[in-house]
Amino acid sequence: MDRNSNVYTFIFAIVMVVVVAAALAFTATTLKPLQAENVKNEKMQNILSTIGVDVDRDNASTKFDEFIKQQLALQADGSVNDSVDAFKLNLHKETKKAHEEQNYPIYIAEKEGKTFYVVPLYGAGLWDAIWGYIALESDKNTIIGASFDHAGETPGLGAEINQSWYEDQYIGKTIFDENNNFVSVKAVKGGAKVGDMHGVDAISGGTITSDGVTNMVEERLKNYIPYLKNN
Amino acid sequence: MAGEKEALFSQKNRRLLIDPLNDDNPITVQVLGICSALAITVQLKPAIVMSVAVMFVLVFGNLIVSLLRNLIPNRIRIIVQLLIVAFLVILVDQILKAYAYDVSKELSVFVGLIITNCIIMGRFEAFALGNGPWKSILDGIGNSAGYGAILIIVAFFRELLGSGKLYGYEILGHKAKTVAESTGLYYYGYENNGFMLLSPMALITVGILIWYQRSKNRKLIED
Repeated sequence: MDRNSNVYTFIFAIVMVVVVAAALAFTATTLKPLQAENVKNEKMQNILSTIGVDVDRDNASTKFDEFIKQQLALQADGSVNDSVDAFKLNLHKETKKAHEEQNYPIYIAEKEGKTFYVVPLYGAGLWDAIWGYIALESDKNTIIGASFDHAGETPGLGAEINQSWYEDQYIGKTIFDENNNFVSVKAVKGGAKVGDMHGVDAISGGTITSDGVTNMVEERLKNYIPYLKNN
Repeated sequence: MAGEKEALFSQKNRRLLIDPLNDDNPITVQVLGICSALAITVQLKPAIVMSVAVMFVLVFGNLIVSLLRNLIPNRIRIIVQLLIVAFLVILVDQILKAYAYDVSKELSVFVGLIITNCIIMGRFEAFALGNGPWKSILDGIGNSAGYGAILIIVAFFRELLGSGKLYGYEILGHKAKTVAESTGLYYYGYENNGFMLLSPMALITVGILIWYQRSKNRKLIED
């Protein structure tokens, strides 16, 4: 057959695309359960890491059941919505809804007799989504652990938010001031002052990602004020 | 075909492997694939992961293009090549997500960069379309190794001078908030050069490499 004819070109293109599409669809479908399992275990791992429990991915599920006592979906007024599975809530979809219609997941953990509150976060970085978890102590004010991650921040710059040197700065900071007003924790360009209870050092070269984290922490935690103050 | 009688590692075939490492390096001589050389050389680890990923895609892509070279209609060959690259990249990404989740997270940002890497399309077009499968595999290995070598050299200097680390380990000592608390070189007042983390310095580092290579390699000296 003439390789320069239109018919040949069309047939070749169609066969090629169908073969490639079929191969990719097959791979994606076969590997989906494994991938979903990885994502789920990683989420559990991240939640556990904020309360100081380090597990590998294989044991994440058992440890999660051991430490996390309650998984609640809150409504905007702070009341619990029993009809929703908090773990399955997709923050990407939730954040697109109006404030009153969203469900706000919160995980209540118990470790060594103390109660911790883990709040999931979701926001925008420079290139793509960023997310994370912040764990509050039983006083519902002091941060005992933070974990951040990102979809596509610049390696070496904004992507540093998932490194422990950045995350550990949040430990011991408080989200309410002395008068019990919500102030959140900000990433400060040029470095936070020593003793600043509501500021951490931003990342040099990663200003927009740092600002993204600041906004995310503030915007998401704000929604939990009714629950944190009343329970 | 004459090629079939040739030994597997004949002089000519060996040149396919070795030339791209120096005389015909894709980055420093052909100046292809610069975009990813600038973007992902801030740290050593992503640079290595990227090199391995590019090697996989280039070797298998070269092989597929070479096997199909007599079937691909000339008028749509670029689109067919693009389809093959995209297919391989998505395949790698899916498999890594399932079996090597941590590596996949490391790589996720760069998947798009592999597809747009000019070296890959360049080798398909310039080599695999006109040569047999075995030669194409060798060419793929050679070119991706040449690409990887430059990436790793640049990343080595950028990570070392920019953040005082190599592969994530603090080899110049630990930098604490104050000089007195720091260890190693930082104790004597050494500071990281933050400029090394920014893309312009990658370009300058590549430039210095090109200059060094051209001054050493007689073949590259133009009259």
